[in-house]
Amino acid sequence: MVMYNRITAAAYRLLNQNKHSSFKIAHQRQLSPNFSRYNRSSSTSLAGFRHHCATVNLNQFHASYRWDLQKLSLVQFQNLSLIHHRSFGSVASTVVQRNPMFSTINSDDLIYFEKILGVKKVIQDHEELQTANTDWMHKYKGSSKLMLQPENATELSQILEYCNSRRLAVVPQGGNTGLVGGSVPVFDEIIINTRRMNSIIFFDKVSGVLVCEAGCILENLISFLDKEGFIMPLDLGAKGSCQIGGNISTNAGGLRLVRYGSLHGTVLGLEVVLANGSVIDMLGTLRKDNTGYDLKHLFIGSEGSLAIITKVSILTSPKLSSVNIAFLACQDYISCQKLLFQAKRRLGEILSAFEFLDAQAMNLVLHHLDGARNPLPSAIYNFYVLIETTGSNESNDKEKLEAFLVHAMESSLVSDGALAQDYSQATSFWHIREGIPEALMKAGAVYKYDLSLPVEKMYDLVEEMRIRLGAAANVVGYGHLGDGNLHLNVSAPQYDDAILAQIEPFVYEWTSRHRGSISAEHGLGLMKAEKIYYSKSSETVQLMASIKKILDPNGILNPYKVIPSSLVS
Amino acid sequence: MKIMVAIKRVVDYAVKVRIKSDKTGVETRNVKMSMNPFCEIALEEALKIKEAGFASEVIGVSFGPVECIDTLRTGLAMGADRAIHVDAPATLYPLAVAKLLKALVQIEKPGLLILGKQAIDDDCNQTGQMVAGLLNWPQGTFASKVVLDKEKKIATVDREVDGGLETLCLDLPAVITTDLRLNQPRYATLPNIMKAKSKPIKKMSVQELKVELRSDLEVVQVTEPPARKPGVILSSVDELIDKLKNEAHVI
Ligand SMILES: Cc1cc2nc3c(=O)[nH]c(=O)nc-3n(C[C@H](O)[C@H](O)[C@H](O)COP(=O)(O)OP(=O)(O)OC[C@H]3O[C@@H](n4cnc5c(N)ncnc54)[C@H](O)[C@@H]3O)c2cc1C
Ligand SMILES: Cc1cc2nc3c(=O)[nH]c(=O)nc-3n(C[C@H](O)[C@H](O)[C@H](O)COP(=O)(O)OP(=O)(O)OC[C@H]3O[C@@H](n4cnc5c(N)ncnc54)[C@H](O)[C@@H]3O)c2cc1C
Repeated sequence: MVMYNRITAAAYRLLNQNKHSSFKIAHQRQLSPNFSRYNRSSSTSLAGFRHHCATVNLNQFHASYRWDLQKLSLVQFQNLSLIHHRSFGSVASTVVQRNPMFSTINSDDLIYFEKILGVKKVIQDHEELQTANTDWMHKYKGSSKLMLQPENATELSQILEYCNSRRLAVVPQGGNTGLVGGSVPVFDEIIINTRRMNSIIFFDKVSGVLVCEAGCILENLISFLDKEGFIMPLDLGAKGSCQIGGNISTNAGGLRLVRYGSLHGTVLGLEVVLANGSVIDMLGTLRKDNTGYDLKHLFIGSEGSLAIITKVSILTSPKLSSVNIAFLACQDYISCQKLLFQAKRRLGEILSAFEFLDAQAMNLVLHHLDGARNPLPSAIYNFYVLIETTGSNESNDKEKLEAFLVHAMESSLVSDGALAQDYSQATSFWHIREGIPEALMKAGAVYKYDLSLPVEKMYDLVEEMRIRLGAAANVVGYGHLGDGNLHLNVSAPQYDDAILAQIEPFVYEWTSRHRGSISAEHGLGLMKAEKIYYSKSSETVQLMASIKKILDPNGILNPYKVIPSSLVS
Repeated sequence: MKIMVAIKRVVDYAVKVRIKSDKTGVETRNVKMSMNPFCEIALEEALKIKEAGFASEVIGVSFGPVECIDTLRTGLAMGADRAIHVDAPATLYPLAVAKLLKALVQIEKPGLLILGKQAIDDDCNQTGQMVAGLLNWPQGTFASKVVLDKEKKIATVDREVDGGLETLCLDLPAVITTDLRLNQPRYATLPNIMKAKSKPIKKMSVQELKVELRSDLEVVQVTEPPARKPGVILSSVDELIDKLKNEAHVI
């Protein structure tokens, strides 16, 4: 967002317009509350920022020039909101039927909900529902007529107890940035949105334990912690909109997993509400607690199919002052692998991200993402790698990274590279990697596959897919190389069954054959519920279904998702 | 022709600036420091001029504590040929910097001196003008476009003024200060970072330059602006009118 030099013209215009208008300037400050850390952008940040305005203390000391630059964030946000809205194509490869066991909403139900929640939290407004019925990719669309926004576990408990007794199906929804159609209704399920549960309850500076409600937006938590000198253990491109409850429900991985591990390690406790309305308090703040079964793990990654998360206790890490980012070019995939191998050894304790993208991804970003600038414009390379280090000693870390890079260059693993000299350059490097999903959205229809694969095999799939699809579509590979996570994306002018038939089940079969996972971090949702057997044995899936049956006997929680419908209805 | 570029080390612009507890200034300990963005633009312009064949050498100069050498290294990694670091206290006022620059200009005899229009820490916007005065050189400030004519030894500078663009013709040697829009500074690439390691950084002292650092200014106190109260969401127009009348007293 801080590609200041590129959009200075617009910033300048703003500056001049606003010279004598304190109101406007104040407003712009509100739009960039989080510049104290490099604030990477995505279109989804927009919604988060709106939320943010009300809560952030905006009084910062700034020389006028700093304002000048911050206005650029406004400019970018405006641009970013201009994602084209495409019509819905044929997308789902599986057709599900509405479960006839579920009731439909009647006027008594509405009266009951208004009684327990008050009218403000019972939403029937057409436009609001339109948004809540549609997923981030504009790929899945439900037809719910009702959204409830409980403010706490007690209200939620009353809602679920009632829905369970009436057999009204519900879909839990956080920031609605999920990428597998899990967060929107399939038919007329009631949307239970957690956005009103957004307070920070407790933060302990000694242990780094943060306790908050599930509806807190990730970016708000990041800014809150920033002031305390801490960071969240996860970070992802959707941070401006996604909620911690949604992150935990999808067991989101993101950009820092290579350093801080998965949420199964950092989530210390949860409070959840079961389908029958029971509030289960597992909100421990202890790192070690071996009393009985550690049930919270059941809910991490269960995508709202077992319970609704209402509170979260999570371990955060001290924010270290020295962050360095290199953007590198590699000529072939084997060099990327060797570079990762070397980076783990030579940068080990300071390595905090190792991301890659291919030339096709870079090309998309440069064409479709506002403010993107190629850090290595002198030639076109087949692969780009972004390495981030985080440590406590600026000059040591930089020296270490430079020595590593020089070595990589001398041994021809790296063909070219740039090292960010300040936060704005760091931000612009991250902007490229984090902006890929958005660039893909702007480019047209996109089929997204989020796969865990052995690193050495990972890119073979992209190449095979390119051969299969030929000129019909643009096959793009990028992802969290450090975690063996490939994002395979197929970009086409519009959704087309012929293209889909070329991709599926080929991708799943290929992944299964290489003992990979068909969902590394996005979950199964609606998109892949029926595909679970590609990565799990039938005994395992059967056990999952039994657990679902115990916790949600009527199957009202997020039906049609995660587990094949035949097993649960 | 040589080009001299002034390079200042400042708190990174993306860092939230904090006031020291004793209110004597801004906290710089454990804070990310970077090259002043306007200086980056100045350096980029100098490099472009050199690449276009109008200059033979670009020299980056910085005044301040020893950490300035890191910032000069960044300049060398961007492509400057060599650098001069003048060891000096961290708080230097524009007139002192202008005098130091003048002394260096007299030693190096560049055909162009390029500076940022301001540094983002103190926002003074004075140094370029002062050094032009001290040298008795023509000045093109807030440049948004620079065109050199080698034969005629002139620089044509577009500058943004309130009503539009003003175009100046300067006889060289001259002083130019850069505006945001002039160019887009390049990144420090690995090959250039490697090359920069062997480029020379000359160290000099204020005494060698025979400049007396005396300031007529004294900072009394640095404080944050008063906290702004959060906004409120009102439920009706009547409530708004009531508040405008009875609380804000504006209608
Ligand atoms: C000197 C000493 C130091 C220790 N230090 C620590 C320490 O620092 N940290 C710590 O956490 N613990 C410590 N312990 C205790 C620790 O729990 C055990 O050492 C170890 O983890 C248990 O492994 P085991 O193979 O001996 O299991 P056992 O003692 O044989 O069994 C432990 C439990 O696991 C069950 N079990 C064992 N194997 C299986 C299996 N394959 N499948 C299912 N259930 C199984 C058993 O039924 C039993 O309930 C220490 C113990 C000793 C004697
Ligand atoms: C630009 C972009 C970048 C992304 N990058 C990454 C990435 O790097 N890594 C990654 O892992 N993911 C990534 N994602 C997808 C990621 O899964 C989501 O962004 C995020 O974790 C979901 O949070 P949310 O609040 O938006 O949840 P939603 O989308 O609202 O919901 C996701 C699922 O969780 C359920 N759910 C939500 N809240 C609750 C709750 N309180 N209790 C129970 N169930 C609930 C929903 O029913 C749904 O099944 C990205 C998405 C986008 C749009």
